[in-house]
Amino acid sequence: MSTEPKSAALRYDAVVIGAGHNGLVHAGYLARAGMRTLLLEQRHLVGGAAITEELLPGFRFTTFSYAISLLRPEIVDDLDLVEHGLMVLPLANTFQPGLNGEYLALGPDADANYHEIARFSAEDAEAARDLDHLIARLCVALKPWMDRIPPNVRSEDPADLEAMAELRAFMEGLDPEVRTLAERFASSSAAEILDATFEHDLVKSLYASSGIIGSMVSPRDRESGLVWLFHKMGEYDGSPGSWGFHKGGNGGFTQVLARACEAFGVEIRTEARVKRVLHEQGAVRGVELEDGQRIEAPVVVSALDPRQTFTRLVDPSDMPADLIEHLEGYKYQGSASKVNFALSDLPTFPGLEDKPDLFRGFTNLGPSIDYLHQAFTEAKEGRFSRRPFIDCCIQSTVDPGMSPPGKHVMSCFVMYTPYQLAEGTWDDQRDALGDTVQETLEEFFPGFSELVLHREVVTPLDIERTVGLSEGNIFAGELFDTQLFLNRPAPGWNQYRTPISGYYQCGSGTHPGGCVSGGPGMLAARQVLKDAQAGA
Amino acid sequence: MPQSTPFQPRLSGLNQTGVWKLWAGYAVAPAYQHSISTEYYAIRNSAALLDTSPLFKLRFAGPGAETLLRHAMVRDVGAIADGRAQYTCWCDRRGYVLQDGVVLRLSSDDFLLTAAEPTLKYFRDLASDLGIAREVVQDVSLDFGILALQGPLARRILARLTDSANGLRYFGVTHGTIAGHGVILSRTGYTGDLGYELWVPRQGALAVLDALLEAGRGDNLTMMGTTALKMARVEAGLLLMDVDFRSSRHAWVDEQRETPTELGWGWMLRAMERSDRDFVGRGAIEQELATGSSRWTTTGLAVDVHDYERVHDDAGVLAPRHEVYEETTMSVYRRSETPWDYAGYATSFHYSSLLRRPLALAKIPMDLAVKGTEVDLELTVIRRPQNVLARVHAGPFFNPERKTAAADEVQNP
Repeated sequence: MSTEPKSAALRYDAVVIGAGHNGLVHAGYLARAGMRTLLLEQRHLVGGAAITEELLPGFRFTTFSYAISLLRPEIVDDLDLVEHGLMVLPLANTFQPGLNGEYLALGPDADANYHEIARFSAEDAEAARDLDHLIARLCVALKPWMDRIPPNVRSEDPADLEAMAELRAFMEGLDPEVRTLAERFASSSAAEILDATFEHDLVKSLYASSGIIGSMVSPRDRESGLVWLFHKMGEYDGSPGSWGFHKGGNGGFTQVLARACEAFGVEIRTEARVKRVLHEQGAVRGVELEDGQRIEAPVVVSALDPRQTFTRLVDPSDMPADLIEHLEGYKYQGSASKVNFALSDLPTFPGLEDKPDLFRGFTNLGPSIDYLHQAFTEAKEGRFSRRPFIDCCIQSTVDPGMSPPGKHVMSCFVMYTPYQLAEGTWDDQRDALGDTVQETLEEFFPGFSELVLHREVVTPLDIERTVGLSEGNIFAGELFDTQLFLNRPAPGWNQYRTPISGYYQCGSGTHPGGCVSGGPGMLAARQVLKDAQAGA
Repeated sequence: MPQSTPFQPRLSGLNQTGVWKLWAGYAVAPAYQHSISTEYYAIRNSAALLDTSPLFKLRFAGPGAETLLRHAMVRDVGAIADGRAQYTCWCDRRGYVLQDGVVLRLSSDDFLLTAAEPTLKYFRDLASDLGIAREVVQDVSLDFGILALQGPLARRILARLTDSANGLRYFGVTHGTIAGHGVILSRTGYTGDLGYELWVPRQGALAVLDALLEAGRGDNLTMMGTTALKMARVEAGLLLMDVDFRSSRHAWVDEQRETPTELGWGWMLRAMERSDRDFVGRGAIEQELATGSSRWTTTGLAVDVHDYERVHDDAGVLAPRHEVYEETTMSVYRRSETPWDYAGYATSFHYSSLLRRPLALAKIPMDLAVKGTEVDLELTVIRRPQNVLARVHAGPFFNPERKTAAADEVQNP
């Protein structure tokens, strides 16, 4: 209970701006450490891009984000998430339909997967085992760097110099096979790696999808190597690279976080949009809301993306010019949309009508590297792909609470849909995108359209408008080497601090980056608490 | 759905237990009848038949086949004649074992190999390195089913169907015809007993299986599940991949990788000094032998029967002896002044009903791996750790003369 007079301005130990999953994780950690923490959210609900909405009675849509893998395991324990309802259901299968009725239906059994891939190529089936294992080894090796505050390359601080030396020693000490793979991911496109590994195009396309998710890159672009690696950095129950659905969708997950936050004493205020961050003489003072209310706090943390954090919440002219210049070059270029369907029944794939577990996982429509590259080429010209890559998930197959019995909700993640259209606006083209996605699904699953009860189209513009992610980039900035780790969001400013003392950043635009990992929120909290201790 | 071996249509009706498990993606029977002992004793007292088709099967044929195998394998296939087989292993460049398997030499440039894990691409990549056509190596896994006919009456049963195996010596290979289908016969097996393995073309699988079952009807020929097989292989001192060791290929760290010496296969290296044949891993293996850097070796442990009884008697329970076969890790301790002086671990444990003794396969430091050395093996007795005396045993625990005896002597056991 506060003993301060009520007439004074509202005062907290910390104010966190944005109740996306990183803002929630961050606020939870601060409150757990005993800080009186206020979490502010502009919308009427928390969750940011990880929300579940009932748009049609009984049908619950994962409007934006729809699966979990990179969630840092220590957060689950630290914030007592199991106690608050955490339940992640495995995405056990991957279905990769090809053209001409071909398909790969993969599951959790490595031997069964070998035989499935060997239908196309025994050598590819063997190579897949080697590649999966090597990637898993690399991810395990990199994990400690995922879960620590990265060193600051611009710093002369002995701790940073030591960390940089440690990083160099780590890279040199890697097993040669693992290091070679790391270098290949950093320097090669997904397609180059896949062409050197596999012979069959459907097998290549199965892997290639990880290299383009949410990123404005062709599988033939160099950047796709790192995007691929990033998507393998997660796990499901210790199974590297595997994904799961949170019960109730990713909105179910952020509700768990909200309950955890409240249990630690975080005060959550919705419909409270921050107008600006208040600061004086290089030190943060608090925030001012759109309605004019001022809230004082010695610590203010932005969970928004770097553009919001450095150029909207504060006046960019108060920031160092080189930082603003760098951030102007920071790429958002949102390229993904969501098209979500309510369905009267499961789709059917010709020849596999009686395989009910086909859709208990990811279904990737993107049957060849050429298909993906063609889809990218169209987007590069400023229009959405006429035959897009689609990652379909039907969570209601394993989570009956998502839809009325026998009916389903299908989340379709669609690439490429450029934020910047060459002609027209997304408001004009929203329905055309929905039609294109539906036509594409109809090609792979004849009769699909007859199943559609409802359709929701979420373009990059909608993501930006609703969630606030600049240009609709789902990761709060592309996952390119120039924008990761030492450089996220900018060299010298990758340790969650900002040029204003007491003002921090904890969104996906900081290390380790996008996806529902909670890593940025957790590591930023570590930094805030460390600084508080040093200052105390 | 699991894969089906070519024999599956018949075997699914013979499995009385209703239990199947997966082996390399195939459904196989751990046991066909409720008494595993009955299946086990068929191996030792009459004959038993195993479907071992889930093994990966490779054919090395054409120009370069022998060159490739001589470069790939730790043992020299160049040293065996046509119509002979060889148990061998292959290593990576660091001298760690990738897999083990049996090579059948059909002719000067035609070989068959079985492997537990996929390895077609591995050998093809090696062929490319040597300038040998990749197509020299073919995956023939789906072209053949393999049956293992094992036990003292195996030869007699086989002789009712074909004369081809009559003169076949231990590790000999020949062609024969059974039920009108051409088969490849080798006098090999994984039971440590007299036995044969038959490579049967897919289309002839059911006819050959039926003919064998019919020929063995009066001799107690019994289908054997994988559990009885594994009991027999412990008695034979034969290692099982993913139980007693793992392939270096998909290991995470070197602690999980093992060299031939560390697997107790030093005997495979004896011919090395007589030849300068360059095979994969040779440099590392020579270094290991020269510096004595082997971290351990794998050997048999014969558990002292009296001590085994004592620890159970003291606890007031019966010592388990019936169908005990475990693939668990049990610690091995050096018998020294220091209590619980950790030395290594066992990977397989089996109470041999035939030999009336518990047996283990274990990894222990080289200095302890001397026949008769006493160590402690940690058992669990009523949920508590309990050490029992065990003695190092080199080679197979069970090694009947009939296994290797010249054909004529085993005609009428």
